[in-house]
Amino acid sequence: MIRFERVSVRYEGTERPTLSGVDLTVPEGELVLLVGPSGVGKSTLLGTVSGLVPHFTGGLLSGRVTVGGRDTRTHKPRELADLVGTVGQDPLAHFVTDTVEDELAYGMESLGLAPDVMRRRVEETLDLLGLAELRDRPIATLSGGQQQRVAIGSVLTPHPRVLVLDEPTSALDPAAAEEVLAVLQRLVHDLGTTVLMAEHRLERVVQYADQVVLLPAPGAAPVMGPPAEIMKVSPVRPPVAELGLLAGWDPLPLSVRDARRGAGGLRERLADASPPETASVPEPPAPPEAPGEPGKPGMPGAAVPVAAERQRTGRFARLLGRGAGAPAAPVADPVTRVDGLGVRRGRVEALRRVTLTVAPGETVALMGRNGAGKSTLLGALVGMIEPTSGTVRVGGLAPARTDPRAMVRRVGLVPQEPRDLLYADTVAAECAAADRDAGAAEGTCRALVSELLPGVGDDTHPRDLSEGQRLALALALVLTGRPPLLLLDEPTRGLDYAAKARLVGVLRGLAAEGHAIVLATHDVELAAELAHRVVILADGEVVADGPTGRVVVSSPAFAPQTAKILAPQEWLTVSQVRAALEAGA
Amino acid sequence: MTASPAPASARLLRRALHAPEADRGNALPAGAWWLWALGLATAASRTTNPLLLGLLVGVAGYVVAARRTDAPWARSYGAFVKLGLFVVALRLLFSVFLGSSIPGSHTVFVLPELPLPDWAQGVRIGGRVTAEQLVFSLYEGMKLAALLICVGAANALANPARLLKSLPGALYEAGVAVVVAMTFAPNMVADVVRLRTARRLRGRPTGGVRAVAQIGLPVLEGALERSVAVAASMDARGYGRTAQVPAAVRHTTNVLTLGGLLGVCAGTYGLLAAQGAVYGLPLLLAGLVTAMAGLRLGGRRSVRTRYRPDRWGVRAWLVACSGAVVAAAMIWAGAVDPDAMRPGVVPLTAPVLPLWPAAAVLVGLLPALVAPVPPSSYGTGKPSSYGAGKPSAHGTGKQARIGKEQA
Repeated sequence: MIRFERVSVRYEGTERPTLSGVDLTVPEGELVLLVGPSGVGKSTLLGTVSGLVPHFTGGLLSGRVTVGGRDTRTHKPRELADLVGTVGQDPLAHFVTDTVEDELAYGMESLGLAPDVMRRRVEETLDLLGLAELRDRPIATLSGGQQQRVAIGSVLTPHPRVLVLDEPTSALDPAAAEEVLAVLQRLVHDLGTTVLMAEHRLERVVQYADQVVLLPAPGAAPVMGPPAEIMKVSPVRPPVAELGLLAGWDPLPLSVRDARRGAGGLRERLADASPPETASVPEPPAPPEAPGEPGKPGMPGAAVPVAAERQRTGRFARLLGRGAGAPAAPVADPVTRVDGLGVRRGRVEALRRVTLTVAPGETVALMGRNGAGKSTLLGALVGMIEPTSGTVRVGGLAPARTDPRAMVRRVGLVPQEPRDLLYADTVAAECAAADRDAGAAEGTCRALVSELLPGVGDDTHPRDLSEGQRLALALALVLTGRPPLLLLDEPTRGLDYAAKARLVGVLRGLAAEGHAIVLATHDVELAAELAHRVVILADGEVVADGPTGRVVVSSPAFAPQTAKILAPQEWLTVSQVRAALEAGA
Repeated sequence: MTASPAPASARLLRRALHAPEADRGNALPAGAWWLWALGLATAASRTTNPLLLGLLVGVAGYVVAARRTDAPWARSYGAFVKLGLFVVALRLLFSVFLGSSIPGSHTVFVLPELPLPDWAQGVRIGGRVTAEQLVFSLYEGMKLAALLICVGAANALANPARLLKSLPGALYEAGVAVVVAMTFAPNMVADVVRLRTARRLRGRPTGGVRAVAQIGLPVLEGALERSVAVAASMDARGYGRTAQVPAAVRHTTNVLTLGGLLGVCAGTYGLLAAQGAVYGLPLLLAGLVTAMAGLRLGGRRSVRTRYRPDRWGVRAWLVACSGAVVAAAMIWAGAVDPDAMRPGVVPLTAPVLPLWPAAAVLVGLLPALVAPVPPSSYGTGKPSSYGAGKPSAHGTGKQARIGKEQA
């Protein structure tokens, strides 16, 4: 269906080609998954199928890509529109009209289909994707999963024979991702559509793939094969495959179901070992540095003894304060407290009676479907949102009432789009600005950047960094103020497994130094790796709050793959299992 | 013959009149609302009688209140009303300070007059202010305000995107550009809010010139990136596919369109000039017809079809005709009874409400009966769990939401 013949793509101003030596044939009616670390040219490869590369993006394409017999060199994207449907990473950037029904019809209108055909196909597509109740809704009011389904529907109506998807589930919560994947499977099985899709969240998609194309490194030739074979050699693989390799299962399982069938032996081997207790917070050495004392230079490690002393005096002061009936000193309370928090926006209650405490050194994962109120809670903690009722205390202060300049040293938020935090032209300029903003000694931020992001030059433009590097830079900027409380909103969106592993390492280190960390995430594997506690929000209320093991293992949606495979034993991550096996051996 | 038909047909009539709930299938074409509103506006331009103008504004306001949705454009009605009031106030203010050519005998107050040199003869600043002049400007201001409010009513009731969709095929691409631009404004506002929030996260003040300068560039970058993304999406979905058209047809199209536009210009000039009234009107009409033919022929290049175009049903005709009836009645009344339509200012007389024109204006209420009722809004009903956190304006996903939450 799609043939790549010695395809290589090179963009202007780059030294080496982004893609080279691509020689592949994607057969008709298969679901083909494109995997590889960030920056290997997955999006470029997808773009060549729809003709957007090079007709739209520029660059030089050599070799030949033919789709259904049409050569993309001689056919512009618009002339392939009846054959290839493309959905990019951000569905919102895809929409041309404003309501669901118009959006579904848009492509057919452009192709000039007859009105009665259009009407019939729109109705069919509404049913196929379960969008019938949403037909008159403005697209902007839909949830992420619904928008993704509308985007897929809008390219399905012209009945393309090939569907190209770039990270269709990355931004979605687990349930919405299932929705989208179910639709894709139906298309492949029932309609014989050929699907080519790139995705970082392999644990969600690899079991549905008929073939996997691996792009191992930038510019390297791709490898194509059955999923189980490719997963053995791939630098990126989901926990289920990781566990399979660890246990030496053959063939390598790709779904939880396959893995459970073969997991009896492993469960027995693990029966004697007990999973590490994540419930108790490791005794924190101290908050990294007492707030109110800006500009303390030095690395977090160096600050620990001083800080420990500070904390003791802090506790003492608090005791004194209570005893004397004086108002609690604002610096005294290292614990973040949220009590009966309610936030209303218009008529909508975004949060209701939320109560939460986060101790120093503790990592809390906030989970829940899109729109459950996770970001709102983070916004209230950082002071962007004024509580309608209840109280929020961070370092003893009410964040919304405190000057942002003072808040920077008590709480830091890395937003979902780290790029929003970056203004300057170079990394060095960003660092200098961050030092000034936080009132820190010169070089504080640069030292953090060198630690989190080794090998990035001073004069690099933040725009040229990869997704993961940008996240690390934003994290360094936020940490410059040495906030005892660190908040991250959806930090793993767009990160590959390697970048994610680095992030996990960094955050573990920060927690060990006494930073309290709250992360809002859909990524159950990340939560399992990092969090001591998981808080699940639904409709603005806390519906579960407890140690990760207990909350996550009992939930079908939020359980990580390892937990599902080894249930009822409470193992959460492959690394726990590996440690236990090594200890046993 | 039988006794029952009368009540039965009355019931049928009542059921037919009872407006259904609006959905995609029975939505009134945007053009019908515009014709209705332009009819009311024409009527308003024909009278200075404050009672009739008030009645017209009341009719427009009632229909808007009864039939508008909670879409963003529907909220613009309030802005138009405020603009109307502002126009009235401005007209009065100018009249007070710059005087007026209306002769009057009832002096209300005298302002100190600014002495002006000879070459500024005919211009007056300050001086005597008479009741006649005030009443005259009030009437004129009200007329303008009523016109504005009628336009505002059409704006609130008709979906602008649907109006652009009814453009002829040849102009379709320009229409899409406008629609895309319209959805971009809210996106840019969301970007500004989001970046201001991000500044706060770095502990910087969110106001001031520096903040604007630092936020401005990323906002423009974001808008540019988004437009490139939408353009890519449109291209990949077949936007701009054209059909092969023979060269002869292409040339004919150009000649017809250009010639028609020239005819329209010349015809308009003829109508406005003193001695051209004879050839003006025919030339204008001929130009219009030629230009329309050109556009129609130009539509052949585009292969597009239309999905569920708005239908001109009975209700649409009733709405459009009700506006036309009001306009016609007022024009007729202006010819028959000019005194009632333009109450005298010198000498001052109290305006009277002419019965028949007033009754005709009430015909403009017909849309409030026959137009389909908009469904109860998504916002006031039970919000879906997903929609709870979403802003109603277009946003760029969750990032926009963090920003919105602060706003």
